[in-house]
Amino acid sequence: MRGALPGALLLVALTGAWAPALADEDAIQLRDGSWRDLTAARCAICHSLDYIPGNAPVLDRVGWQKVIQKMRDRFGAPITDEEAQEILDYLAGSYAAKP
Amino acid sequence: MPSRRDLLLAAAGGVLLGGTARSVLAAGAAPGAEELGQLPSKKLLIRRSWRPPNYETPLADLVPAYTSNDAFFVRYHLSVIPEIDTDTWRLKIGGAGAQKPLMLTLRDLKHDFKRVSLVAVNQCSGNRRGLFAPRVPGVQWGNGAMGNAEWTGVRLRDVLTRAGIAGEAVEVVFNGADTPVLPGTPDYLKSIPIERALDERTLIAFEMNGRALPHWNGAPARLVVPGWTGTYWVKHLTEVRVETAPFDGFWMTGAYRVPAGAFPGAPFKTQETPLTTPITEILVNSLITSPLSGARVKAGSRVELAGKAWDGGAGIAAVEVSTDGRQTWRPATLGKDLGRFAWREFRYRIETQKPGLLVVAVRARSLGGATQPDKLTFNPAGYHDNIVQTVTLEVG
Repeated sequence: MRGALPGALLLVALTGAWAPALADEDAIQLRDGSWRDLTAARCAICHSLDYIPGNAPVLDRVGWQKVIQKMRDRFGAPITDEEAQEILDYLAGSYAAKP
Repeated sequence: MPSRRDLLLAAAGGVLLGGTARSVLAAGAAPGAEELGQLPSKKLLIRRSWRPPNYETPLADLVPAYTSNDAFFVRYHLSVIPEIDTDTWRLKIGGAGAQKPLMLTLRDLKHDFKRVSLVAVNQCSGNRRGLFAPRVPGVQWGNGAMGNAEWTGVRLRDVLTRAGIAGEAVEVVFNGADTPVLPGTPDYLKSIPIERALDERTLIAFEMNGRALPHWNGAPARLVVPGWTGTYWVKHLTEVRVETAPFDGFWMTGAYRVPAGAFPGAPFKTQETPLTTPITEILVNSLITSPLSGARVKAGSRVELAGKAWDGGAGIAAVEVSTDGRQTWRPATLGKDLGRFAWREFRYRIETQKPGLLVVAVRARSLGGATQPDKLTFNPAGYHDNIVQTVTLEVG
């Protein structure tokens, strides 16, 4: 995903030193913002965090609210009401679609 | 390996790489920058998500008539994906509509039933979601959540017949070995109508392009439902249930649905509601594989246009090309017919004339009479983008 990833490996890439791949999603770093760590902890239980920047161009605050609701109601995400509000504040603040 | 061009584009774009040598960003089709990544036994693909793994086939790998196993797209909903030992793997056939439940080993499957091969496109329901306007949430696929392969296995019908199908059977339900992380997350189970299950072309496949199914494409056996979108092609099959009532799992009632009456395609009557119905058949569609949009060509030169056209099983009647803003259309030359569920290659020679931008549009027509539309039929999940595609050439 665009941005936010440590970028020291371009040289490695250009020299063609490809390791056999295992998922190393730890490289994904979310933008700063209040409740970032809470958001990362809850979302990453089930999926990698690239889903967040991946959907950022699509979702505004209302859209993120629906996603959080779906994760809780349909997918059983262990998120309290209070946490849902905090996660929404983070996502809408740091990853909302530009109108 | 990524092409030098991809690497240079990544560098030129100033886009940063992922944390390992396995990632590289490449500029490609919409939307925006694309990150390449590699799963074990696969080549570099466009990574849409790490976990669950969702990887898209790059355009260059959609050029051959058969999409190679190591380039075929990967799509999962759930993150727990076991490596299956084929010696201990069992396929359970049961359900309220099965009179003689049975358990099969991979050897049973391969030796007790007639072996069948067919060529078919496997296309994710959400292929091209990332091109939707207005945009919709979900995995932001470009053009490569699809591929064409020869699938070898046995007829589901033959297996179900051995299990004895009750007259009241309405659907057949499929479960795979992949499971959710949390107990509250719905497991990925899908159903198809009993009629589709008994269609001679619905297979339990264990080979792809003449070799054992790759792990990431459903080893040791997956469902193949030619003409229907990939959501029904359940991977790592573990259980087949013949049911006498409509299956009410989340992945049927809460996902993979389209507005009622919005699209053509086979009905799925036992799963219909007044508002929505399950997505079923692939709509007539085409993909331009070359030239790439933005290509620069000399005025007066010839450009070879090439691509693929496919539908949900009627077969392709014609592919037409317009170079004058969709005023007039001329027929492309169709390649070899690999079967009515396969894609069909097409070629067309463009004679460029005066300098300027040249917009080339391509539309396919099926033997069922359906033609690709100019306008998108919006639906909230972003399915069935089969609108006419264009490439723009810079003639100079």
